[in-house]
Amino acid sequence: MWAYIIRRILYAFPILLGVNLITFVLFFIVNSPDDMARMQLGMKRVTPEAIESWKQERGYDKPLVYNAEASGSDALTQTIFFEKSAKLFVFDFGSSDSGRDIGADIKQRMFPSLALAVPTLIIGMLVYITFSGILAFFRGTYLDLSGVVLCVILMSISGLFYIIGGQYLVGKILHLVPISGYDSGWSALKFVALPVIIGVVGSIGGSSRFYRTIFLEEMNRDYVRTARAKGVAENLVMLRHVLRNSMIPILTNVVTALPLLFMGSLVMESFFGIPGLGSYTIEAIQNQDFAIVRSMVFLGSALYILGLIMTDISYTLADPRVRLS
Amino acid sequence: MNLIRRRAATTGKTTTLIGLILSWLLLTGCSEQPWNSPYPATEQQQNILYQSFEERPKHLDPARSYSSVEWTFIEQIYEAPLQYHFLKRPYELISRTATSVPVPQYIDAEGNPLPHEVDPSKVAFSLYDIHLQPGILYQPHPAFAKNPQGEFLYHELSDAELEEIEALDDFKVTDSRPLSASDYVYQIKRLAHPSIHSPIFGLMSEYIVGLDDLGKRLHEAQEQIRTGDNPDAFLDLREFELEGVEVVSDTHYRVKIKGVYPQFQYWLAMPFFAAVPWEADRFYAQPGLVEKNIVMNWYPVGTGPYMLTVNNPNKEMILEKNPNFRGETYPEEGEAGDKAAGYLQDAGKTMPFIDRVVFKLEKETIPYWNKFLQGYYDTSGIASDSFDQAIQVGSGGEVQLTEQMQEKGIQLLTAVAPSVFYMGFNMLDPVVGGDAEQARLLRRAIAIAVDYEEYISIFLNGRGLAAQSPLPPGIFGYREGESGINPYVYDWVDGKPHRKSIEEAKALLEQAGYPSGRDAATGKPLVLNFDTTGAGPDSKAQRDWLVKQFKKLDIQLVIRATDYNRFQEKMLNGTAQLFQWGWNADYPDPENFMFLLYGPNGKVNYRGENAANYHSPEFDALFERMKNMDNGPDRQLLIDNMIELLRKDSPWLFGFNPKAFSLHHSWYKNAKPNLMSRNTLKYKRIEPVERNEKRNLWNQPVIWPIVAFVMLLIALVWPAVAGYRRHERASAHGGKS
Repeated sequence: MWAYIIRRILYAFPILLGVNLITFVLFFIVNSPDDMARMQLGMKRVTPEAIESWKQERGYDKPLVYNAEASGSDALTQTIFFEKSAKLFVFDFGSSDSGRDIGADIKQRMFPSLALAVPTLIIGMLVYITFSGILAFFRGTYLDLSGVVLCVILMSISGLFYIIGGQYLVGKILHLVPISGYDSGWSALKFVALPVIIGVVGSIGGSSRFYRTIFLEEMNRDYVRTARAKGVAENLVMLRHVLRNSMIPILTNVVTALPLLFMGSLVMESFFGIPGLGSYTIEAIQNQDFAIVRSMVFLGSALYILGLIMTDISYTLADPRVRLS
Repeated sequence: MNLIRRRAATTGKTTTLIGLILSWLLLTGCSEQPWNSPYPATEQQQNILYQSFEERPKHLDPARSYSSVEWTFIEQIYEAPLQYHFLKRPYELISRTATSVPVPQYIDAEGNPLPHEVDPSKVAFSLYDIHLQPGILYQPHPAFAKNPQGEFLYHELSDAELEEIEALDDFKVTDSRPLSASDYVYQIKRLAHPSIHSPIFGLMSEYIVGLDDLGKRLHEAQEQIRTGDNPDAFLDLREFELEGVEVVSDTHYRVKIKGVYPQFQYWLAMPFFAAVPWEADRFYAQPGLVEKNIVMNWYPVGTGPYMLTVNNPNKEMILEKNPNFRGETYPEEGEAGDKAAGYLQDAGKTMPFIDRVVFKLEKETIPYWNKFLQGYYDTSGIASDSFDQAIQVGSGGEVQLTEQMQEKGIQLLTAVAPSVFYMGFNMLDPVVGGDAEQARLLRRAIAIAVDYEEYISIFLNGRGLAAQSPLPPGIFGYREGESGINPYVYDWVDGKPHRKSIEEAKALLEQAGYPSGRDAATGKPLVLNFDTTGAGPDSKAQRDWLVKQFKKLDIQLVIRATDYNRFQEKMLNGTAQLFQWGWNADYPDPENFMFLLYGPNGKVNYRGENAANYHSPEFDALFERMKNMDNGPDRQLLIDNMIELLRKDSPWLFGFNPKAFSLHHSWYKNAKPNLMSRNTLKYKRIEPVERNEKRNLWNQPVIWPIVAFVMLLIALVWPAVAGYRRHERASAHGGKS
């Protein structure tokens, strides 16, 4: 298994390099270093000298990917791409274009993202599995039918509607929780309650239908019929046999998502004023801050790869027949 | 038996859960503050002002910051020598830390004094002597802390000391010191610092003697440091002389300006010229602190009424009273009507009135607006989404609050902003630009056709005035009434301006050589290109409206929507034909608007702010005379002549001057808008008891829908559960077990 993990980690390097290159190309197709300088220096009274000075100070006065004036390896290393990308591989994110240390910002903003994402994932999984389990358990009854219809309706509604509607109903009309905001420690509870509920409800349709299908597939298998024939109670059949054997697709969903919890939710954080990494990325794109954009894309890619490796490992735990080689 | 035990256990768990939920409901219900309050319960009766900010500030360094968002914070902390009177209009400069507003002393090239009324061309230099009030202290800050030996405690932090530092609060010892004239001189030198990138360095280099040279020397010095043994070494500006700025005594400094530049006084009211202690610069330059984002750009140090105690631009910024603030008094006079409006109730009282100001980051307008309505923000602007909810416009165009707002005691204030949003013609363009009569008539025809009154009504909900010249109301030179209208576009009818008919515009177009929108020579339709940054679906209605305006003249308008970067590029290269842009005044002087059309400021040739690239030798000569004059009849005459030239040449459609609408609750006092100044928090006062009562009244929790929903859920699930239980108890033969 270790050989497999090491091999997967080594595969990650060219992937990350490719992701970095694509981010770089996409970013600089839309923005030139002059644009970035203007954005950072402000809109009024910006002189060409100030723009040149800003670029020079931050190393944006060099060629993008190939330095024709340099010789040997310098032709590749004396470039914006190399200088801005190389350090990422040791997770040194450097400073943002506005001068703030990105590593410090990520550390600070990681926790609000987790405060929102972790409860959403845990409560969401409990709700989706329970709900889809109930639907599967009562398959073919009015409960199953109305549940499926409800799921289709919920899937058809835009995520923004849940957010705005939730804020309007729960925050504005019922006055139960603050409409938006964030606080640290236990005080965060009242702020994350609504976004967590909205996050869970917003995904209930798709996730429950997916899990219901998995459960139904398992419930029609021979071993389930055997268990029933042996007189095992229906609830035990569901919990001990069906649920356990449905774990692989569930794990694929969950474990892949785990590392990405750090990255936060772009829309939810923005609407609820939660100072996490999702809103950090959005702000960086709006401010044309390449340093932050590349760092966040790199981090997201690295965490995604990590998630995939963790998923593979989790298969071996869920199903002893699976061997990594 | 087992079944009974299991049921008992289940019942017990359910009871515990219900008990917990009830306890939580009781606990939160017993709390004196509403459940939806976003603030801690301990704050509800406190003298705290709650505001919001939409966009995180990029820079809080006074040498670098140049946006209203940033100045909202730093103007409460850093103090420039001058400020604007809070109540008087037109805006009037008064002293802040200075003892009085300095009057420049003019001298010739030999240093001989000249009378104030001298011909500006004979003036070689202007000397500004600024005298400071004694006894002003800085806020408590670790940068000033010293040990008993008189050495700074935190200027050379070791790695071990740095390990314990995560925020500014982690420094145990703070101290202060008196404000000195050298702090103002130090800040002027900072404008030339190569790493600070002050946006006004280029402009000030043209005026402050020696600043340009200092910039070059600092650049060289920094290069030496960068390539030396210690690239993180501190570049100490005290070691560099600046010829045009002199510390005369602890409370007196002098600035030497090239020629005559009366607008320099206005700059002395901006944070660029605020006092910055060198100790703070030295303290924040330590690499260990830079890595933790504890830098000058984020943690201001000043002498103002407030100090920044929480700096989390991702969430909130908190200003608290500076315990060392000297205590200014509230103005005792204002303009007519201020007393009746209650703006003089606090006359003579010591400021600031508010203990703490909490700014929360609110990026979305809907939550922000709803929180304002719930009483959790004390003031609010009006987004277009909520305009109809807040404002009703009468048949005569008068605006008033809706009943819902009036019931809550919300009050509305309006003020025309010192800004102009215009549509420019690129004067270098062969079709619409140039000095030829044909192009001039074409521009004038378009000026009549584009109906800005309609634009303001449709897209701004009436929040604007159709501009008659580059000067907005409130700026010297602006004329009201019939004498103030643009006679090329408007007629004066029934006591108000009336836009000329489209027939007149068509006639002008025909004279310009484009009868029915076609080139008389070639017969081809006239196609014009409009460059704009409004590329999204939100701007589509505006783009369609503009096309419709040109269609009135049978001119085909092609919209070239692009992002701001490409737009800037087009403007710099001169490839735009028509464009829309705006300008917000730096200071209340006509020079600050007229320079947008001054030839040597042309965007393409000189990289200046004259985006239309308008170049009229006559206008330029008038501008050069006008900019150095004191306000008075002579200056008014020059301005009138300049405006007449602009109206005739029509390089701009003057567009509109936006009108700012702001709302505030009844407990918010001294709300008079001052659109030139940002240091106004010290004048504001709130009534926390009234606010708390209203918040409680407006935010009572409504629980019954939740209870009803749970009951409904139980009612839906119960038959299925009962069915399952029946099924589980049934025997293989259908009987009960």
